[in-house]
Amino acid sequence: MPTHSVLFPVLLAAAGLWAQTPKYGVGRAPSPEEIRALGIIVAPDGTGLPEGSGTAIEGREVFSSRCAKCHGAKGEGGDAPALAGGQGTLNTPKPRKTVGSFWPYAPTLWDYIHRAMPFHEPGQLSHSQVYAVVAYILHLNGIAGEKQVMNAKTLPKVRMPNRNGFVADPRPDVGRIQK
Amino acid sequence: MKKNQPSSRRRLLQLGAALGGGLAARQESARAEESDRRLGKPLSAYGERSPFEKSGRSVRLTKTPEAGSSGTPLGDSYGILTPSALHYERHHSGVPNIDPARHRLVIHGMVERPLILTIEEIKRLPSVSRIYVVECGGNSGGEWGPKTGSDAQRSYGLASCSEWTGVPLSLLMAETGVRPGASWILAEGADACRMQRSIPLAKAIEDILLAYGQNGEPIRPEQGYPLRLIVPGWEGATHVKWLQRLKVTGQPHMTRDETARYSDLMPDGKARLFTFVMEAKSVVTFPSGGQKLNGAGLYEITGLAWSGRGRIERVEVTTDGGRSWRNAQLQEPRLRIAFTRFRLPWTWDGRQAVLASRATDESGYVQPSKQALIEVRGLNSGYHFNGIKLWKVQADGSVTNADA
Ligand code: HEC
Repeated sequence: MPTHSVLFPVLLAAAGLWAQTPKYGVGRAPSPEEIRALGIIVAPDGTGLPEGSGTAIEGREVFSSRCAKCHGAKGEGGDAPALAGGQGTLNTPKPRKTVGSFWPYAPTLWDYIHRAMPFHEPGQLSHSQVYAVVAYILHLNGIAGEKQVMNAKTLPKVRMPNRNGFVADPRPDVGRIQK
Repeated sequence: MKKNQPSSRRRLLQLGAALGGGLAARQESARAEESDRRLGKPLSAYGERSPFEKSGRSVRLTKTPEAGSSGTPLGDSYGILTPSALHYERHHSGVPNIDPARHRLVIHGMVERPLILTIEEIKRLPSVSRIYVVECGGNSGGEWGPKTGSDAQRSYGLASCSEWTGVPLSLLMAETGVRPGASWILAEGADACRMQRSIPLAKAIEDILLAYGQNGEPIRPEQGYPLRLIVPGWEGATHVKWLQRLKVTGQPHMTRDETARYSDLMPDGKARLFTFVMEAKSVVTFPSGGQKLNGAGLYEITGLAWSGRGRIERVEVTTDGGRSWRNAQLQEPRLRIAFTRFRLPWTWDGRQAVLASRATDESGYVQPSKQALIEVRGLNSGYHFNGIKLWKVQADGSVTNADA
């Protein structure tokens, strides 16, 4: 985002964001508990990942009972998107975007499943169940071994195949500019 | 002279017939009035449209209808504002039912003074009202393929325009202050999936609104009640609905909905990240797919144009499949990042015709053809389709998508 980093200090100064005293004094400071209650946020480098751990072997069970009916027994997709396969297809006429072929960061997978899945009961899995199911999905994609333990230390080290598959927005890239 | 006489006599006769007919019609309608003069409905607290009007959002039922989209019936629209009840929907885990008295917005992370605010407190702050279009990054996604949408709603309907009322986010960011190194904001909704998107802090300060009002009343639940972001000109998914927190950070969070989704896959297998701006776009809404012309003669071609980069400067219309273009009249007001209504009178000769519109915005950007987009981006980018939409008027007056 080159334009944003150039504009940024100017805008910050213009908006008086470094001003020391609040002008309106609305609201109050949240307690640490109030912030925690909103839930975990995981950064792409793994910051925010909680305690707990799991392996693909454990994850298989969670997956077949809580995920497979929508995503398929092996994550091949069904009523919900495919989670496995598709590596090497992104530059073909029929790309298959999955966790294995497309997602750039492993901690983001923990973050998303923890926040949003299973679809009808998000937030119901324990932290270790999420690590386990993440391990299983990575295993289905050939990214992690069956017995590899996933936790706050190991997950950020997982190298996703499409880690370097993203580029910045070059638009306007099509059409004429008339002036 | 001579020739005039029979014709003027005929005119007289016609006049007489018309007068007589008019009289009969008056008597008829007087009788009808009498029989219709029953009392109407009494006062009502919240209005409903006429039971004769049936236009609605295009809802596709799937196994998980809480994750999906429904389009605005653009072909039935007048003017530039979308009725709130017809604003397009895009939800990832359904519409939450939020009690505003219990809802809170938390601003934390790399700020000097974290804040927790009630809706009531946010409403006490200086507010603004602005008319903005909101368009889903996936609007017209089906148009990349060989089979395009059959009507305006199903092809271009994930775009709607409302008047939004709220507080400039810059004002609250000045209250919290930011720490050195802060450069992004992670916005999170209170829907079941806690939808998250990262937004550059610079945009937050430039023109983002924390909106609680839509078209003069509180935002509809489908649109984010009681609080949402309005991120002018950027793809809809950044306008996080049911907003419950803003975390100021030093990096984008690469959430699922900004990496695995809403990124544009190019032919070389690389995907473009953070394709925020919705580029200039337009569509003819009359005559458009599914509508019917009632015989040759005069019609008014009309449609909508908009751009995430600002004001619409020009809309050209073709009725011969792109061989020739004419400037349409642009209806005032022409607001930045809002629907602009265009019109052009057209006499249809009753033969097959191919209609389309092409918008130019104040940056000079001209809406491209579908072919031009595909040449650069291939067939699999999925999002951000803003190509020219062709409608075919058949000799019988029916209107279809041009590839039908
Ligand atoms: C009732 C059906 C259902 C169940 C059960 C379910 N999911 Fe999902 N899942 C979905 C749907 C629908 C989506 C797409 C949501 C959207 O469009 O935002 C999705 C999306 C996902 C994605 C993102 C895929 C991508 O590439 O964007 C992941 C990962 C995922 N689910 C994992 C899981 C896991 C793990 C479980 C079990 C713990 C699970 N899901 C259970 C329906 C389901």
